[in-house]
Amino acid sequence: MDILIYGTINSVALALYALGFALVYGISRLPNFAHGALYVTSGFIAWSAHNTFGLSYPMSILAAMTITALIGAAIYRLFLIRIRGMEISEIIASYAVALAILEGLRWKGFKGMTYTLPAFIAGSTSIAGISVDYQRLVVVGVGAVLVALLWLFTHYTRIGLALRGMAQDERAALMLGIDSDVMAVVAMALGSMLAAFAAVLLLPLGNIVVESGYNVLILAIAVCIVGGLGSWIGAVLAAFIIGFAQILTVVYLGSHFQMVVALLAIILTLILKPSGLFGQQKELEERV
Amino acid sequence: MNTATPQRRRERIDRGIKVRSDGLYALMSWRELTYLIAPRAALIIGLLVLPLVMPGAYWQRVISIVCIYALLALGFDFLAHHVGLVSLGGAFFVGAGGYISAILNTQWGWSPLAAIPAATIAGGVLCTTLLLPCLPLRGVYFAIVTLMYPLFLARVIEALNILGGTDGIMGVDSFPGAWVEQYTVIVLLLSFLFGIRRLVHTDLGLVLRAVKDNDQAVKASAMNISHYKALAVFIASAIGCLAGACLVHIYMWAGISVFALDFSVLPIAATVIGGSGTLVGPVIGCLILVPASELLRDFGTLRIVFYSLILLGFITFRSEGVMVYGQRKYQQFERWKMI
Repeated sequence: MDILIYGTINSVALALYALGFALVYGISRLPNFAHGALYVTSGFIAWSAHNTFGLSYPMSILAAMTITALIGAAIYRLFLIRIRGMEISEIIASYAVALAILEGLRWKGFKGMTYTLPAFIAGSTSIAGISVDYQRLVVVGVGAVLVALLWLFTHYTRIGLALRGMAQDERAALMLGIDSDVMAVVAMALGSMLAAFAAVLLLPLGNIVVESGYNVLILAIAVCIVGGLGSWIGAVLAAFIIGFAQILTVVYLGSHFQMVVALLAIILTLILKPSGLFGQQKELEERV
Repeated sequence: MNTATPQRRRERIDRGIKVRSDGLYALMSWRELTYLIAPRAALIIGLLVLPLVMPGAYWQRVISIVCIYALLALGFDFLAHHVGLVSLGGAFFVGAGGYISAILNTQWGWSPLAAIPAATIAGGVLCTTLLLPCLPLRGVYFAIVTLMYPLFLARVIEALNILGGTDGIMGVDSFPGAWVEQYTVIVLLLSFLFGIRRLVHTDLGLVLRAVKDNDQAVKASAMNISHYKALAVFIASAIGCLAGACLVHIYMWAGISVFALDFSVLPIAATVIGGSGTLVGPVIGCLILVPASELLRDFGTLRIVFYSLILLGFITFRSEGVMVYGQRKYQQFERWKMI
């Protein structure tokens, strides 16, 4: 039973990590390796807004999300737009951004146990005899609502439809008057905002540490690769597969193996079925 | 239609001496010969003299590290720009070579001069075997999977507590002396540099470049591309393993940190800065980057920030790199032309 509950919570957390990455890759084909860095950055922004500038907690969450979205848009507009379409350069450049941000934060002294965000609702309850704190329940609830909202956003709003149009066929979208550069910036801003949202939801469960930037990136990549890069349903499903696999290994093997599972999932998926479970790209395009 | 302001464009023309020294006629005059030999001689003599002019043992050690990174960057450049397989897993090669050499040395008592070549071959075979299933992958997928391998192996060693666990393998023998150490890595670097330069111009190099440009055409010529890709990966990973094996004997220690991202990122940065695809460029990039990052060691992790910003700047604004720029200035001149 505890496997079921914690597996679900872990899976939703993974889905939250991955949503931003999946959104950016799905729309502008940009493997955004700065995703984890944006996640950690927004955590620290929320912390500083709350503790240094004395904003109320909801206000600092809002500030963190806005600023992170702006940072994401700026990274895209200033650097990544120049190397669009050159996948390897995109990976290297966005990874360089990630390294600069994360190691810069480490240098500024953002490390150690002192940085924690408050939970939305403190305390815990018990479900079927297992104690679960409220924050984890909030994560599951909000995660589900967020996925639903994103689905509605991409299917019923003008910007959402434009984003989806660009994801499907960029040339056709251009002909219909959708500016692909603007849309890519919007996608990057949205993806960064999702990373920030995941951060303020999930960081109260632990400390804010710089290393989690790298882990979040690996987990997001794992979820997106297993689900198929660019597929949303696949990403959610893959989050559940990896989430439960992780909890099972933690229970039966030990907590050291948590990241091993994610890395093994990436390697195995790429070897066996590189397009992932629900990848929209044909296998022929990736394999020779 | 006449425009109000006269339009002009810049044109680039090969220098006369470059054209004259292109063919066999270069042998007819010392000037042309010097023009051809000077840059190569400058690199070779410069590298050979470098340990002699370095002040103190610390900077001599830095030269060894430069050569280690340069070997890695050379392997990366060869694989990425002459075969079309972008491997972000330099640390994987370093780790494999390093651990094998350390085990051969400490468990079986091989001397470093025997353990390093053995680790080079064995590590190359091991890395190629592990990467074999990923060879059909292209572009971003191959890059991601190679990035994940070193992380995976590091976590496995940590989790299973094998091969010394987090403590690593201590007591690895060092080279017989500081001079042997430096000249071994420098000579190795130079021979691999010129060897690979020769290799990419042979028939094999031609096929490898064809695999990069149009693999379907290579397949249509009844050639097995997996075979050629595996061969190229073996060459590059053996070079990486050699670098790793030398590294553990220099540091006299092999641990999880040989899988660190530094070994994946710095060679790539050096390649981008030095000039992709030139093979000499990565070496020059390392000669710039590694000492720079040593000078910044006092700033702690700020040096990583520093070199990732340089990398970002180069890749987005000046992706040709120092070497290509230098080559152009050496071989061509520019002038304005009215149109």
